[in-house]
Amino acid sequence: MSESPNAELEKLANREYQYGFVTDIEEDRAPPGLNEDIVRLISSKKEEPEWLLKWRLKALRRFLELLENETEPTWSHVHYPKIDYQKIVYYSAPKQNVQLESLDEVDPELLATYDKLGISLLEQKRLSGVAVDAIFDSVSVATTFKDELEKQGILFCSFSEAVRKYPDLVQKYLGSVVPYADNFFACLNSAVFSDGSFAYIPKGVRCPMELSTYFRINSAGTGQFERTLLIADEGAYVSYLEGCTAPQRDENQLHAAVVELIALDDATIKYSTVQNWYPGDENGVGGIFNFVTKRGACRGKRSKISWTQVETGSAITWKYPSCILQGDDSVGEFYSVALTTKHQQADTGTKMFHIGKNTRSTIISKGIAAGHGEQSYRGLVHIGPKAEGARNYSQCDSLLLGDQCGAHTFPYLEVENASAQVEHEATTSKIGEDQLFYCRQRGLTEEDAISMIVNGFCKEVLRELPMEFAVEAQSLLGLSLEGSVG
Amino acid sequence: MKPLDAARERWISLAEKFAAERADDDAWLRDLRAESLARFADQGFPNTKQEEWRYTRVTPMAEVPFQLGCPATTPVTRSAIEDKASPVFACSLYVFVDGRFEPALSALATRTDVHVESLRALDTAIEPPLGSLVDTKQHPFAALSTALLDDGAVLRVPKGAQVTDPLHLVFVATGSREPRATQPRLFIDASENSRVQVIQDFVSLSDDVGLTNGVSEIRVGAGAQVDLVTIQRENAGSFHFSNVSARLGRDARFSHHNLTLGGRLVRNDLEVVLEEEGADCTLNGLFIGAGEQVIDNHTLLDHAVPHGTSRQLYKGILGGRSRGVFRGRVIVRPNAQKTVAYQSNPNLLLTTGARVDSKPQLEIYANDVKCGHGSSIGQLDQDAIFYLRTRAISEPRARQLLTRGFAQQILAALPVAALTEGLHEPLGDRLAEATSSPGSKP
Repeated sequence: MSESPNAELEKLANREYQYGFVTDIEEDRAPPGLNEDIVRLISSKKEEPEWLLKWRLKALRRFLELLENETEPTWSHVHYPKIDYQKIVYYSAPKQNVQLESLDEVDPELLATYDKLGISLLEQKRLSGVAVDAIFDSVSVATTFKDELEKQGILFCSFSEAVRKYPDLVQKYLGSVVPYADNFFACLNSAVFSDGSFAYIPKGVRCPMELSTYFRINSAGTGQFERTLLIADEGAYVSYLEGCTAPQRDENQLHAAVVELIALDDATIKYSTVQNWYPGDENGVGGIFNFVTKRGACRGKRSKISWTQVETGSAITWKYPSCILQGDDSVGEFYSVALTTKHQQADTGTKMFHIGKNTRSTIISKGIAAGHGEQSYRGLVHIGPKAEGARNYSQCDSLLLGDQCGAHTFPYLEVENASAQVEHEATTSKIGEDQLFYCRQRGLTEEDAISMIVNGFCKEVLRELPMEFAVEAQSLLGLSLEGSVG
Repeated sequence: MKPLDAARERWISLAEKFAAERADDDAWLRDLRAESLARFADQGFPNTKQEEWRYTRVTPMAEVPFQLGCPATTPVTRSAIEDKASPVFACSLYVFVDGRFEPALSALATRTDVHVESLRALDTAIEPPLGSLVDTKQHPFAALSTALLDDGAVLRVPKGAQVTDPLHLVFVATGSREPRATQPRLFIDASENSRVQVIQDFVSLSDDVGLTNGVSEIRVGAGAQVDLVTIQRENAGSFHFSNVSARLGRDARFSHHNLTLGGRLVRNDLEVVLEEEGADCTLNGLFIGAGEQVIDNHTLLDHAVPHGTSRQLYKGILGGRSRGVFRGRVIVRPNAQKTVAYQSNPNLLLTTGARVDSKPQLEIYANDVKCGHGSSIGQLDQDAIFYLRTRAISEPRARQLLTRGFAQQILAALPVAALTEGLHEPLGDRLAEATSSPGSKP
């Protein structure tokens, strides 16, 4: 076979990050450093109630304790220089004084940024019926379709707005799935989270459109600490989309978000992510550190939480969207495609805690490693002693493109109930020469053939994405494979 | 002081006393013991916060005030051995009583095809040096075992030798009211193009609590083939720790068959390094748990060079309130292209209260490889039971048959046909024990 696949791969690895631009907007930022004053500042900027400030301070004390005892997690299969948490700017908000009523009032430069990303709010508003709560750095600047959602009783707004308008709901559910002391990064987030999204779907309501948030990291040297809280009341259904791109920076940026989902009886939450933050250059310099805690609780009977993610960006991804299957007959799903090229590292997977009877979970994880990319699947399936008839099926496949990359699988299966059925399977291989030969013999170019094989490899996951996202995800994968890969 | 720290102190003083008693031994042996003791002292006994020991608490073992094994007071009879270690391969039987070689019970036919010697009686140097194949920095129990090294079996197979009958090494724990610990050692050096089959058999003659902390070091030379069967059938009060470490040369073949049928707390560490191209490795395991038993299997397969193949099949059957652990790690190093590695760990849970933790792992740093693993945990197939019942087979009998079938795959793959046949009955007894072992209330 020709040398071309490797040459193509190099091209892929050297591809410039397309979304690397910086929007020049005046911003309001706090001095770097982590202490009580900063937390109080964030809280007062947000006009938060006393209980929330107290909660943040509790989290901060715990985090400083963890920091002092050097308990930053080291078990994951990723390597990075030590982060100086005192050098990070914990608060930065684009300067905007008035609450906006319509998109026309939004800073035109901001809108242009979204255009470059291919997310035209206007267009989306007009054509696709997607309500977008766009987050630019830390403050939510534009929310669309809110009125239409309100008619159905659906609450969808920025986190800080929710704290002001629906304090009872926030107080009831905040930290109930991911407690402030859950882990190192969740603890940091609990202390300094700036904003995020909040959604509440009332009883029996099927959310008529996909709720969507676009995250952007824009300000140099700022960390981004989002907090998302999603509650689906009895019988409700919601599909939530989250997508991210970030501009090019030389220093590493930390992103430690927390997402909490709560599904009550018969509720369904579908949470989809396309993550395409700046992965760093071909020498592994720069890029985002994406240390995210995502967890959903299936509290109610017959509830369902489904995570779908396409991870193509970030220098380091550390992310395990999990499901706590408490309600009897509840269902958890995890579908993931992770692509690592250049010097990207990803340690991602899921945790499924089966607590209720007849709970079921499915895990499909597809990893693609190229260049010097390092890729790990790390997953836990835990069947508790009372989870009669629990069922899990996991499949984790890895595709290796190039001889400098790595793919690893670390599943943990813990079963304490004899009526449970748990299956795990994983494979690792490269694209077979016979597969390529077959395609080429049918008149496909090598590039097309590989693109087709990779798309087929990911198909099980991509088809879980909502239409709007599937297109973006495919084009993201396509871009990475462009010219390349063969 | 915490129990694990207290135990560490106790074992260190035991080892120091032992070293003082054995001041006349060869310098290399004394140095090896001293170095290993230092390593054990560095590590201490592991706790569950360590990833490698996440599922297994060694505290129950650490709390027992073990004494070092001393020769049995009442002589062990040949018939007792034949009874416990059946089937016995009489022509090539080597018996170690409480860790010491017992010539009176062993077949001493002067063999020319293979050299089987007791470590204590050894008069020639061992190459590669004893203790060099096992990583005592990573394995506290191997370090402790080496620090207390007393006797063991040294097998050297000359170049090209084809040993046709399996060598049967029986390690007997006689037991006493004061709990005893033994450190059996097995060293196999198979030279180029040789072939040997070894059966390592651990049995107890009484119901007394005991500790077996064994280390096996195996070097498989170029083109050589070693088949090792380990049968652990000690009593229900025994603690058993073992480290098996094998290094494979060019085109070498190694198979290990690990049958865990007894013990209270069992931990098997198995490490195989494919050091040269073309090596092939098979690791099979069967563990059957009953009562409160804990059986922990850790395997590490290190594909260091291209063109290696490996397959692993570990099957677990857990009854009562027993716990089974499987952690299999496959590493494919950078440049170890054309590696083929498969790993599978099916488990059968028989009762409420039994538990399995499975952690198969693949770490792959090369791209032109075919690797896969699978793990499953479940029960007997209801349809299969129903089918058998429609054929007028009672439900208990149907369950027994199906469980037996599940285990049979490992038994049938044993390299010695006579062993497959001979173990049929002991295995049946053990399965019956696991099946009837009461679980906890749901």
